[in-house]
Formats: sequence, C-alpha cells, structure tokens
Amino acid sequence: MSNLVEVRNLNIKFSGERTVHAVNDLSLTLGEGEVLGLLGESGSGKSVTLRALMRLLPKKRTQITGTVNVLGRDVLALDDEELSAFRGQTVSMIFQEPALALDPVYTIGQQIAESVMRHEGKSQADGMKRALEMLEVVRIPSAKRRLDAYPHEMSGGMRQRAMIALALACKPKILLADEPTTALDATVQIQILLLLRELQREFGMSIIFVTHDIGVAIEICDRVAVMYAGQIVEQGTLSQIVRSAVHPYPRGLLASTVHGAKRGARLETIPGTPPSLDKAPVNCSFAPRCSFAQPRCVEAPPPNVHMEGNRMARCILAEPAAVVV
Amino acid sequence: MTEIIEPIDKLEPLPDIGGVAQPLLQVDGLTKHFPVRGGLFAKSKTVRAVDNVSFAIAKGETVGIVGESGCGKSTTARLLMHLMERNSGDIIYDGRTVGRELSLRELRRGMQMVFQDSYASLNPRLTIEESIAFGPKVHGMAENASRALARELLGKVGLRPENFANRYPHEISGGQRQRVNIARALALSPRLVILDEAVSALDKSVEAQVLNLLVDLKREFGLTYLFISHDLNVVRYISDRVLVMYLGEVVELGPVDDVWDKPAHPYTRALLAAMPSSDPDNRTQVPPITGDPPNPIDPPSGCRFHTRCPFVEAVCSGESPKLSDIDAAGHQVACYMFIPGSGHSKAPPTGAVAP
Repeated sequence: MSNLVEVRNLNIKFSGERTVHAVNDLSLTLGEGEVLGLLGESGSGKSVTLRALMRLLPKKRTQITGTVNVLGRDVLALDDEELSAFRGQTVSMIFQEPALALDPVYTIGQQIAESVMRHEGKSQADGMKRALEMLEVVRIPSAKRRLDAYPHEMSGGMRQRAMIALALACKPKILLADEPTTALDATVQIQILLLLRELQREFGMSIIFVTHDIGVAIEICDRVAVMYAGQIVEQGTLSQIVRSAVHPYPRGLLASTVHGAKRGARLETIPGTPPSLDKAPVNCSFAPRCSFAQPRCVEAPPPNVHMEGNRMARCILAEPAAVVV
Repeated sequence: MTEIIEPIDKLEPLPDIGGVAQPLLQVDGLTKHFPVRGGLFAKSKTVRAVDNVSFAIAKGETVGIVGESGCGKSTTARLLMHLMERNSGDIIYDGRTVGRELSLRELRRGMQMVFQDSYASLNPRLTIEESIAFGPKVHGMAENASRALARELLGKVGLRPENFANRYPHEISGGQRQRVNIARALALSPRLVILDEAVSALDKSVEAQVLNLLVDLKREFGLTYLFISHDLNVVRYISDRVLVMYLGEVVELGPVDDVWDKPAHPYTRALLAAMPSSDPDNRTQVPPITGDPPNPIDPPSGCRFHTRCPFVEAVCSGESPKLSDIDAAGHQVACYMFIPGSGHSKAPPTGAVAP
C-alpha cells in the first residue's frame, strides 16, 4: 500500500498575542483507500493538523516546520498558483458548519459548477451537468430543483450533503473531513456517515476524518490516531485502539465513556485538564494526569514506541511490546 | 413606603408542602407558539415550539428529555423557569400553581437552571465568588454570609475557593466554568435543578467528571433534576425516567430502561438505532430513518412523525394520537399502533388490555 500523505516531524506554532505550540513533532501517513481518524479533545491540534495539509492556516501568524508530502509533492513549498490548483482537485475538505463553508449568495449548482470550471476547464453547461450528477451521488432528493437552491433554503443535513457534493465534484484523491457530523442531529449524523463510507468505496478515495467522538470514529475509520496536546499519542487500527489501547490517555478516554455505564455508579475519569500549549513540551504532556507516571516521564519526552502491526504509542508503557523498525 | 428587610444569614430551602406523593413539578398542557411574520402578502406562520406538553417529576427523581434540535426541549426548560412567557398551560411546583399560589420569586428559589454555554451564562465583569453570591444577596442574604456561602459551594463543586474565588470567568477552563454555574444554581438552595445540555459542550474526559459531580450533589442536597440532552448515553446514565420529544410534542415517556430496551414509538426506535456503534466489527449498515426532522414552522398534521414514519397509514395524518399507557409501569406512547381500535393495522383490537 503506497502512502498518499506523509507528514514527518510537523511542528506548528502560532505567534501573536500569545504563543501556542499547537502541533508538536507529529508524523502520520495515509494509505490509498484508507480512512484515518484523528481523534482528540478540543485544543488537541487535530483541526490544525488537517488545515496544515491544505495550507489553510493564516500565513503571517503561523510557523510551520517539518515536511508535508501529498502524492509526492511538498505541500509546504507550493506557491499560490499551485496551491489553488491543488486545493479542490487533489485534496478537498469538508467542514463542521456547512452554513459557514458554503457561499450564501450563490446557488448550490453555481458553486459546484465553478469548481469544475476552475479545475477542469469545463464550460458552464458542463459544470452544471456535473453539479446535477454530484447532487444525485450524495442522494439529495429532487436534485434538479436543488441545483437552484441557496444554502439557507436547505436543512442542515441537506447542506452537509451539498458540501460533500462540492468537495467531491473534481474527484479528489484525498478528502479531509473536519468534524462534518458534529453539528448534525443524531438521525442525520448516521445518514451522513454511511454516505461518506459508501462514497469512499465508490470513488476509491482516502479520507482523514477529524472527530472528538469515539462512536463516530468507530463507524467510519480504518485506522485511528489519538491526539493529545498537539501530538499523536497512539495510533493503530480501529480495533487495536478500541479494544487494547496502550497509552493511558486513550485508555482513560475509553473507560470514561458513559455508554453502558451503570446508572448511579461512578464513572471512570481522567483527573485534571489538558495543558495550555504556551510552551513546547519538554516531557510527556499527559504525565500530570497520568496514574502510571514515573519520574522519567517528567524528565524527558517519552519514546515513540513502534509495536507489532504498524502500531505506535508515545509512552514508556509500550516499551515491553516494542519492535525494531 | 418600602419595607426594610433585615439581611439574613441563611436561605432555607422552600419547605416540603405536599409530602412524598405530591410531584415536585407538574406540567399541564404547556404550550408555546412563536408567530413568524410572513412576507407582504404571505400569511403569517406559527412555530409550534412546544405543544400541549404534560409531565410530572417526582421528588428526588431525575427526568431526562431527549430529542433532536427544534424538538422543543430547551424551550420547555425556559418556559418552566419563566424565562419566556407561555401561551397556555399550568406549572405546579410542589402542589402550588405558579403565578397563583406561588410567586415567581419563590419559584426561582425552588428551581434553578444550568445552561449549555458556560461562558455566556456568567457575567464577565464579576468574579466567580461575586457571581455565586449574587442570587442569595438579591434574596436578602447579608453580604458576608453570601460570600461565605459562595466559597463553601465552590468547595462542594470541587474548586478550591482560595484558588478560584477571585478569578474571572475567562480565566478558567470550560469544565471549571460549568462547575461554577452548578455552584451558582445551588446558591439559592433549590430543590429542582434544570440542566439544559449542561455537559454537552464539555470534552469527554471532563464530561465524566461533571456527571460524577452531579450525582454526588444530588445525593448530598437531596436534589431533583430535569436533565435535557441530545446525548442518549448520558441521559440513560443519569435519568430515572425519560421523555422523548419530537417537533414540540412528547411522543414517548417512561422509565429509562423500559424506553431503551422496549422502545415503542417508531421515532424513539430510530433515535436509538441512530446511535453510533461501539463495536468496530458491528457497524451500522442501514440508516434507521431518512431525511431531516421537518421544520417546526407549520408542522405536519396528525402525528407529526407521519412524514418520516415507516409504518404510516391513513389514520396517522388525521387527529394527533394521545399519549397512552402501554404497560402498568408508566410507559406511555403517542402512536396509533399502540392505541386499541385506532384503525391502524398494527393496533391491538378494541378492548384489548395493555400487554
């Protein structure tokens, strides 16, 4: 399996009123036809990582180091012209709030057609034809009528479908999804997740799916990377993470879920709160909340331990299972 | 001449009047319609946000309300707190009808609310201690006593007063702010606390901490909760009984385990089936229901769910079905499939006794 995306030692620092070390020494890969979940709580750097893959972060206040390779191209070195060709055609993104991501003054059809015209040099008529096809692909009922609808005329679920149609209009190889179902109602969320799963197979694309919800990750991901304080603390296949996580943070997260908890019984919790990221980490960021912490956890950064089956954890607890790569 | 009231040192909870058998809160036919202005020639429309909702909360019980956005669960909470005027319906607190036998001031002593947005619900210009002490002072508590109370409550919600009392809301994290909001709600010694999506904005690891806190406080202060959430797992964990709402109406109500294990209303079934799987080898294959919830402006006639229901028949679009008992444990559902002789092909025959 070849890697479509290869991120090596990515660091992202925001400067300005206050400094935030949003992403610290992050490495990940995305294989062909794979759905990778980035799972983490707010402020863990999952959305920032996703945005860096498309260079959507504000230029002036962001310092990025490391390498981001997408389909063999160095994304961090693209100039503006190359970037706008790259966005939408090679890599596309869908967002949490379709009402904000879509342009309110153009109809859905116009927005999809514009993207097709820009990237594939097609005529307006061909663009509209593709738009209609795409609305049918994402199962929008009476698609023909919806071509002329403005975003505000649609319900939340319809808008999210329209945004997916727009993102997939130029058949990108990679789709970046930033919590696309978080703002939706439960009965609509599951429809969108199943749709994405189906389209992923149909189009053979790869997806990086950012979410804070383990349940959502279970429905859609093949592989999961759990983020904490701007780092991937553990990654592995979905069932490795869900069934036998090694790092205490994902273990705590899975244990603290209320799903299936007995009423009135105490829930397992992770004490404390995530660190503020105003300094780059010099040791394990999770150590202050960790019940397995040892003196060396606070002295130096934890090792990035490779385990059997392309699995990784940044924790001394994983050391017994280490394999040499 | 205004009466001068001596500041007091302690706010006693409202006395228990009705005894154990009297529900702490009884809601009867609660209704709220919002007019929506039409265009110049278009006729004006109505959002039926809450339509003829009735339920009761026993003393010491936790009742959950679940439903999707626009189903009226938050409007219900705001109507109960009198944060907006209702069109009709009675709210009876411990046997006393609000507005007639119970003043709004007394009601606010007896019933408090915690909101979803922990930041927007605190005054940014007051320190945390001042925010918590504000309510008791309004209700006649002396300055010193109210500040002491605020510090005591901060301790109860797990925030060390010496570290937190003098901080401002923007200086603390979301989970800590929500603890402050809980402390503030408890400052008037209420017997009923309405929690409107109180843990929904929190991260999962913090959510579990706050849920544990709520369980502890309930035991310590003998509280009764109305717990509103869209998260079915959380509602199941914390509630004794649950109400399922759809487009402004209660469609199903009952003990939480009965509703979860034997959901009767097709909407409740769909809602439960829509929960993401927790087993990687057993993912959801078919969406339980298609389409979005309809707009609550001019909702469908009859059963409001009939436009999305897989079992819809002619009878469903006529009159709207009444909440009816389906067992002796208080499990009720508003669906023609469960009303004997309703004319629905799946309904039990007339005269049949509830199973």
